[in-house]
Amino acid sequence: MDRRSSRLEWQEAYEHTSAAHSRATTQSGTPLAPVYGPGDGEFPGVYPYTRGIHPAMYRSKLWTMRMFAGFGTAPETNERFHQIIDAGGTGISTAYDMPTLLGIDTDDERARGEVGRCGVAIDTIEDVADLYAGIDLAAITTSMTINAPAAAIFAMFVASAEDQGVERARLGGTLQNDILKEYQAQHEYVFPPRPSLRLVRDTVVFATREMPRWHPLSVSGYHIREAGSTAAQEVAFTLANAFAYVELSRRAGLAVDSFAPKLSFFFNAHIDFFEEVAKYRCARRLWARWMRDYYGALDERSWQLRFHAQTAGVSLTAQQPDNNHARTAIEALAAVLGGAQSLHTNSFDEAWSLPSSDAARIALRTQQVIAYETNVTQVADPLGGSWFVEELTDQLEREVGALLEELLELGRGSLLEGCLTAIDQGWFDEHITEAAYAHERAVQRGERLVVGVNAFVDATSAPAPTNQVAPDTEARQRARLAEVRLARDATAVTRALDELRADARDSEVNLMTALMAASRARASVGEIMDALADVFGRYRVAPR
Amino acid sequence: MTTRVLIAKVGLDGHDRGVNVIARLLRDAGMEVVYTGLFQTPEAVARTAIDEDVDVVGLSILSGAHLTLVPLVIAALRTSGCDVPVVVGGIIPQEDVAALHSAGVAATFGPGSSMQDIVATIEDLVPAH
Repeated sequence: MDRRSSRLEWQEAYEHTSAAHSRATTQSGTPLAPVYGPGDGEFPGVYPYTRGIHPAMYRSKLWTMRMFAGFGTAPETNERFHQIIDAGGTGISTAYDMPTLLGIDTDDERARGEVGRCGVAIDTIEDVADLYAGIDLAAITTSMTINAPAAAIFAMFVASAEDQGVERARLGGTLQNDILKEYQAQHEYVFPPRPSLRLVRDTVVFATREMPRWHPLSVSGYHIREAGSTAAQEVAFTLANAFAYVELSRRAGLAVDSFAPKLSFFFNAHIDFFEEVAKYRCARRLWARWMRDYYGALDERSWQLRFHAQTAGVSLTAQQPDNNHARTAIEALAAVLGGAQSLHTNSFDEAWSLPSSDAARIALRTQQVIAYETNVTQVADPLGGSWFVEELTDQLEREVGALLEELLELGRGSLLEGCLTAIDQGWFDEHITEAAYAHERAVQRGERLVVGVNAFVDATSAPAPTNQVAPDTEARQRARLAEVRLARDATAVTRALDELRADARDSEVNLMTALMAASRARASVGEIMDALADVFGRYRVAPR
Repeated sequence: MTTRVLIAKVGLDGHDRGVNVIARLLRDAGMEVVYTGLFQTPEAVARTAIDEDVDVVGLSILSGAHLTLVPLVIAALRTSGCDVPVVVGGIIPQEDVAALHSAGVAATFGPGSSMQDIVATIEDLVPAH
């Protein structure tokens, strides 16, 4: 491409943004341009988008301050959502408890001890209605961090919203729905990979056709990194998974440009500041190149990698927990200087438990300080052009490129097949565990310092106050589920689940219709997942 | 004889970064390590402990369900006639440590525990071979 035209191309695009006539200065009055760089260099909003996907970046739109929350029962989490919105949060994001994440009902013996603990317990559509009570679903965007039962939870959400008068076309938000990384890193899977991918296909096709404001897939490197990967592995595995979903959707008959603009990404914001900034830049550049050149996308929105970031949970320390405020602030700044579209900041107490309401508020305030006080929002990609950051971006690009080529070879030209083969071989686990082990050994040997852990240790430091989930949560949620089971029409439930099984047996059928019918009949998440498991089987993996 | 350790994940908690790393570090320290894999029931852990004839059972829990799950594992072990010591690693708030000890846990290892301490504690728990 003609790199000389880069600045001109940017200029033209910039003039069409809402920031075209914006003026900015430093705190002391020096005027600031919206971006700096040589005329033939890379520019934001211009392919390959290394410097950001929008020509004006945060001058035209700040990132969404999307705080992730969920604990106890639906009414308790609903109260937290209202607190977040009242405090100026601009999006909400739901964390589900372990039983829900694995498609297990609250009254199942396997759920004992886990109900409402790591997130909110959701059993039926009634809980979904309680979760979003009083929240205008056509106005605020919602995000759902769920994967194995994503299709079932999504069906409950859409059915519940429609029953309350909000048509599906008006719903805006994101379903994580990234099942591949579950087999690679997070390990909250239920069905084997191929039938799981069929559920992903069904949700993507449904949302692409009927929900223009919905992002049906958030391809997530966050969990890969938390499991211990390096930055290059985080980007490589995430992009490989995203390309796998591109291939999956193409096989389902969707034109690449019809759904690729709806894909979103989710990356970690870790503690190595410059590496993180370079990571986001390199991810954008590689996505643009591969989408244009390998997958033949023609729409520039298909080339633009938009991402949510979350500060690194694993970087938080249980020792001297107050230090975590500093870690989160630095990590959040890396995400912002790296051009994130949406951000969650962890709370300082999260090495111990889910965040308290006060701690979550401070985490949100940290974003607001960055957004409104520091002035870093005025200039796009402020670190672009730094010899160090540019070189690091190129270096990561080479490392990521080599890993992608390896997976592509494994799949004989298909990243979908490459990812599936690599999952079967335990290739991802091996890479990630090796990196996690190297990190821990370095900490144990004192080669890598962690303040409060192996350096500047303070024996008197008090642990953070732990935010306890109410002890009667499990009992209350069991009672709620029992009440719903008693009030529903049992024959209708059986019929809906039979229809779901029948649809599941025919791989050509889109399961969203049957899932929404089962949700409306008040079938539980566990019942829906069990019915699907009758057809799909369950995934088991032997320890390596 | 080499110390044999069973490392187990019980319940629904899929977080296995800690368990994978600990398994390797214990092997580096010269122990034989058997890992159950994820999502084990207390009964399955007890069975594996007996079948593998281990000296110590180490449970790894991040989800916060330790007060429910750990006593179940200990009960399953003891009713199967297995009296090996049980240690727990993970996020365990200070106020829960005493409860775990009275439930029969021999030692707990919180975040930031040094490998030296973990290895020394395990060796101390195992009667001389």
